[in-house]
Amino acid sequence: MTATEPVTETATVLQAQSITMRFGGLVAVNNVDFDVNDREIVGLIGPNGAGKTTFFNCLTGMYRPTRGTVSYRGRRLPPQPRLVARAGVARTFQNIRLFGNMTALENVMVGRYCRTKSGVLTSIIRGPRYRREERETVERSRELLDFVGLGRNADHLARNLPYGDQRRLEIARAMATDPGLLLLDEPTAGMNAQETAQASQLIFAIRERGLAVVVIEHDMRFIFRLCDRITCLVRGEKLVEGTADVVQSDERVIEAYLGTGPAKAEGGR
Amino acid sequence: MSAIDSWLRRTLGRAGWPIALAGAVLMAVGTFLSWTYDPNIVENLTIYLYPAGPQVYTLILALLAVVMLLAVRGPLATRPLGSLLPGGAGAARTAGVFSVLVVWLILVSIAVQLHGFVNIDPGGWVSGVGALALFVGSRALPDSPRPVLDWRLPSAVQIILIAVALLLVLTAAAYALNRSDAWVFIDFLLFLAGVVLMSRNLGILGYLADATARLRRVTLLAAFIVAFLFPFTQNGSDANMSIATQVLIFATTAIGLNIVVGLAGLLDLGYIAFLGSGAYVGAILSASAFTHIHWHPPFLVVVLIGACVAACFGLIIGSPTLRVSGDYLAIVTLAFGEIFRLTMNNLDGSNGPDLTNGPNGIPAIPDLRIGGFDFGEPHTVLGIELGRFANYYFLLLVVIAFVVLAFARMNDSRIGRGWVAIREDERAAEAMGVNTFSLKLLAFAGGAFLAGLAGTIKAHHDVSVTPDQYQFLESAFLLSAVVLGGMGTVGGVLLGAVILKLLPEKLRFFSDYRLLLFGLLLVVMMRFRPEGMLASRRRQLELHEEDEELAEELEGQVADVEVAPR
Repeated sequence: MTATEPVTETATVLQAQSITMRFGGLVAVNNVDFDVNDREIVGLIGPNGAGKTTFFNCLTGMYRPTRGTVSYRGRRLPPQPRLVARAGVARTFQNIRLFGNMTALENVMVGRYCRTKSGVLTSIIRGPRYRREERETVERSRELLDFVGLGRNADHLARNLPYGDQRRLEIARAMATDPGLLLLDEPTAGMNAQETAQASQLIFAIRERGLAVVVIEHDMRFIFRLCDRITCLVRGEKLVEGTADVVQSDERVIEAYLGTGPAKAEGGR
Repeated sequence: MSAIDSWLRRTLGRAGWPIALAGAVLMAVGTFLSWTYDPNIVENLTIYLYPAGPQVYTLILALLAVVMLLAVRGPLATRPLGSLLPGGAGAARTAGVFSVLVVWLILVSIAVQLHGFVNIDPGGWVSGVGALALFVGSRALPDSPRPVLDWRLPSAVQIILIAVALLLVLTAAAYALNRSDAWVFIDFLLFLAGVVLMSRNLGILGYLADATARLRRVTLLAAFIVAFLFPFTQNGSDANMSIATQVLIFATTAIGLNIVVGLAGLLDLGYIAFLGSGAYVGAILSASAFTHIHWHPPFLVVVLIGACVAACFGLIIGSPTLRVSGDYLAIVTLAFGEIFRLTMNNLDGSNGPDLTNGPNGIPAIPDLRIGGFDFGEPHTVLGIELGRFANYYFLLLVVIAFVVLAFARMNDSRIGRGWVAIREDERAAEAMGVNTFSLKLLAFAGGAFLAGLAGTIKAHHDVSVTPDQYQFLESAFLLSAVVLGGMGTVGGVLLGAVILKLLPEKLRFFSDYRLLLFGLLLVVMMRFRPEGMLASRRRQLELHEEDEELAEELEGQVADVEVAPR
């Protein structure tokens, strides 16, 4: 577990330097620097189309950034999702991407894939080592399901779970890869107030386990209460970075969300 | 159908039941009379008071229908029968449908073979009219839900039930194979389908399915033993054993293909080429006088070489194409299958090395000889003679047991979960750290390995290996077996292989229309049961996506059956 590693207070977990992502003539992300420290919860906000998810995809290797580098604990991350996951950066998706026809438990067990070793022959022969590994996989997956509060739904098919549970299952699946950093893409989209409150409890609990978390979110109240630090992206560029108070009171942020003109006159509130 | 049903129900009202009962009784009576005058067709139905062949099927269906009808209404319905057979009405309806099919198929066949319906004797008409009455009357019966049996029997009794069911399957298979008349053969299959569907109506099939799922190992072992006993039912005759070995070779290959298609979800249209590479390796390294390589290692080494060569071909084809999406893979594998056949056709010395004798192939491959056991010699065990094909049958049975074991264990392991995850959502799987490319490659090479293994045995079994045995059509048949039987399951593929290999052998006179028949069969299947005959629960869900009820019904079962052992 990462919690046992001796790390200094302000160790940088993730460091992204001048990330630029171009699609043809469109610059989706432009020269963004982004750091995450150990056990920190960082919010990533911005209006629709600001490039938040694109930026996430650059961090996790789903896209190969046009320019810039991403490193995790000082090691450069190759732009391949599976190697990023192996290195210790896990993610969830904005539009839930569970394995619908597998049970909740199996979903989480797939997350354990990159931390287990059984190959073809061991799977067929099923010696004691295979059985131990398989048992550990099941135990760890059940523990994670309990952690996100889905312990009772372990044998339900993922696609039959209620929406909020699916989001939590995605988090459990991501955590099964033993990450040091968890990237959550809109974890409370479509949730009601109570579920949102539960989600922030969950994210605090994840931090307690020694993980750093980056959250993309539109729910400002949620993000201001949750995050240690917030970065605001607008049109692919980093506009402001700082604590909740700083970002909240920044006029440019309000402008970006509400627009200029008449809104500017009331912007002071 | 339901519109006709409700119309019938309105018109007939409560008269449906007596009509059905009278029909069933008429059917039974008819079987004791002569159906035709010619004793040489459809197993001699000319004798009075002595039902034969199709008449027996008719009689059994009629008696079953009477029991079901008595369970629905009448003095026995409330207490003993009604409570024992709560699905009686549904079963009676099934009996009606299949009675019509079973009786009228024979009547039509008499009319066809003797040129005219006048050649049908009164007995045939009595049973025919009875079947129609049973059909119409049973349609008007009130609906009964398909019951779920929850007998809590001790597992010993359950094991006995499973054993009895499997022995019935063996008996039915042996009986069916011995039908020399194609009409009677089809008639028996229809009768069998009727009985199976009736037991489904009564909940018996569901109960057996649950029991086999609970006692999986016992069932597998019992099935293996039953398959092992099959040659002893043939009295040394090679005719059916030859078909049985062909079915086994086909099934082994199809299970290998099922890893690729059913588990990893990769469409392979040239799979027969892997079987072919195994066969050619087996032939070239055999002691045949027509090979050009004079190195004859022991057979176990040949098997390994054949399988590895096939797996290498799999790697060579797979590594460039598995990086792109599925459609390209299908095209490339299709092309590979053709390239393989054409190459084997041309490696005859005029261009390149002389390895395969070109279109003539490699004939006169001697029989296998493993540790002094000659597969070409008949052997006598317990007074029953087992011929050449029976020897191969036993060897193939061992091979298929290994393949089934490998398939089942891979399916339920870390790697199997990875495959399913790739099929469900490849991008998400990759983001979770699953090495999608190597897993797909593994599925591809693993499937090729199993096909190559089967191929080396096939070479000796077939005696000669020629390129035209490995044409595209064979790949298509393999794929049909997988799709027809049920992707991702062993039982389904075995069933599919049996149907696709057995029917053409038994329906020789039909061979001109073979492809037409398969085409129709596939279309009908895809319309009514796209997940295949014995579907894996996951597939069933995938293909009935909007059916939430089914999803909930299956949910518990998926959890029971497919999750890794605790």
